[in-house]
Amino acid sequence: MANILLSAKGITIRFGGVIAADGIDLDVHEGENLAIIGPNGAGKTTFLNISTGYLRPQAGHVSFLGRDITAQLPRTITRLGIARAFQIPQLFLDQTVIENMLIAAASLGGHPSGFKALSGLPEAPEMERLLALVGVEQYAGRKARELPEGQRKLVDIALALALKPRLLLMDEPTSGVASSEKFGIMDILTAALAKEKVTSVFVEHDMDVVERYASRVAVWSMGKIQKIGTPADVLADPKVREHVIGI
Amino acid sequence: MAGRLTPIALGATVFFLVAAAAPLFVPSWATLFALILAKGIVVLGIILLLQAGQVSFGHAMFFTTGAYAAAFWGKFVGGGDIVLYLALGAISSTVFGLIVGLFVVRYREIFFGMLNLAFSMVLWSLLEKMFHYTNGADGIRVARPTLLGWAFTPETFQYVILYISLLIAAAAFIGVQRYLDSPLGHMLRAIKSNETRLEYLGTSARRVLLVGYVISAMLGGIGGTLVAIIQQIATPEFGYWTKSGEFVFIAILGGGAHAFGAFAGAAMFEIVRYFAAAQLANAWQLILGVVLIVIILYAPNGLIGLRQRDRRAKQGGR
Repeated sequence: MANILLSAKGITIRFGGVIAADGIDLDVHEGENLAIIGPNGAGKTTFLNISTGYLRPQAGHVSFLGRDITAQLPRTITRLGIARAFQIPQLFLDQTVIENMLIAAASLGGHPSGFKALSGLPEAPEMERLLALVGVEQYAGRKARELPEGQRKLVDIALALALKPRLLLMDEPTSGVASSEKFGIMDILTAALAKEKVTSVFVEHDMDVVERYASRVAVWSMGKIQKIGTPADVLADPKVREHVIGI
Repeated sequence: MAGRLTPIALGATVFFLVAAAAPLFVPSWATLFALILAKGIVVLGIILLLQAGQVSFGHAMFFTTGAYAAAFWGKFVGGGDIVLYLALGAISSTVFGLIVGLFVVRYREIFFGMLNLAFSMVLWSLLEKMFHYTNGADGIRVARPTLLGWAFTPETFQYVILYISLLIAAAAFIGVQRYLDSPLGHMLRAIKSNETRLEYLGTSARRVLLVGYVISAMLGGIGGTLVAIIQQIATPEFGYWTKSGEFVFIAILGGGAHAFGAFAGAAMFEIVRYFAAAQLANAWQLILGVVLIVIILYAPNGLIGLRQRDRRAKQGGR
């Protein structure tokens, strides 16, 4: 069994009358691509929000590499090695793609300069390499707001990779992308993750993507993990097919 | 960015050369240009905060701090030197900026603006009411200081303070533009466009804004010290909310996309006031109001934005 990177124990959180998590236990193993599937509003994104410090659970705790990170600030958790990519890409739209990447590089350094030029950072070649790794190097000089949605997704992921994370949490990496592009994007993404040796957790609605790219699948429904296992096992389960996939 | 804005850098060079040379031919312009440069230094600080999308409606408090640092020294210690005054103005406004900044950087937009206004009005009230120390609304006269021990006649002194203002303004201009091009400067802009992402990159947006705020306060203090020396007085009016509004006005006039916007705006403001006050006496604000309306309608990015607009028009864009 691979090392456990992230471990959630007894996570409980309610929003009014809705129970998003009701004593959730979930481990993320090093090297895997764990997909979290479930109905809309089940609490999948809430798990990402709790794991990155955006939300505080009402009970339970989350640890990363054995260290309790429950309710730590997002920036503290980021520095520990958990990066996040968003359902709607979160970029600095008025800055160029390479400037976005260099801001991430400067953040990673911890003590950004107020005197040296951003463009002259020694990390520039590495950031260009990461852009090439996700296939968007041709957009390096363009403002982020000028990019099409699919490319913004990839830049969003490149930004996360710039932080050299051990674990990347992604919220629907193919949402908003044309269906003809989704496998292309996922091919690029999984190859980049493998090359950079980054473990991933991704929330996903598209079962074709889950079947093809996940190494393990967790079914999140009614505040519980209903089933967890390989894509073949989970997606063949009649209950999962009926209640989650809807067939 | 630096390459794209080279014409603006050229404009800045011409401006500083004119500020250095013109008063040699028209002596009455020495004080006018010294005031333009001093206010430009203050507005540089406003432009820094504009990068983060924050407008301070109370920055005159740092301007006043710098002015009163010189005034108090003259009143309670006696004598005084330009270098000492500038050091006192810079240090006091930096410390005051750090204290106020620790509170205000927790807020954004209108709350940021109004909290700054509130702090500035508290300071203004203290200066008005603590008559025994401040002479109240009359203010404190700032005697003409020496420069490294050298005393000057009033005629010579106006040039001395002009060139000192010019030197500091040029250094502040280059420093702020470098800052805007640096990682911290880009992070300041990132606060405006996506603060959440900045936090998810592992950077504290509050800390980035605090650094920018303290630098901005220091610039305000240095500008205030210079104006107190130029006008030989510090009054509570320096810290009144209309003075803060004036600095924001100048920043909008000049444009926030480049550090030179501070000096372009200050030059336009002071020159319009200089000539409009001569022609229209008490109605000069009318002219300034009209100028601001024209700028907002036809050059929403300020005077330096005109250059970018002109370039886009030539490219056939909007």
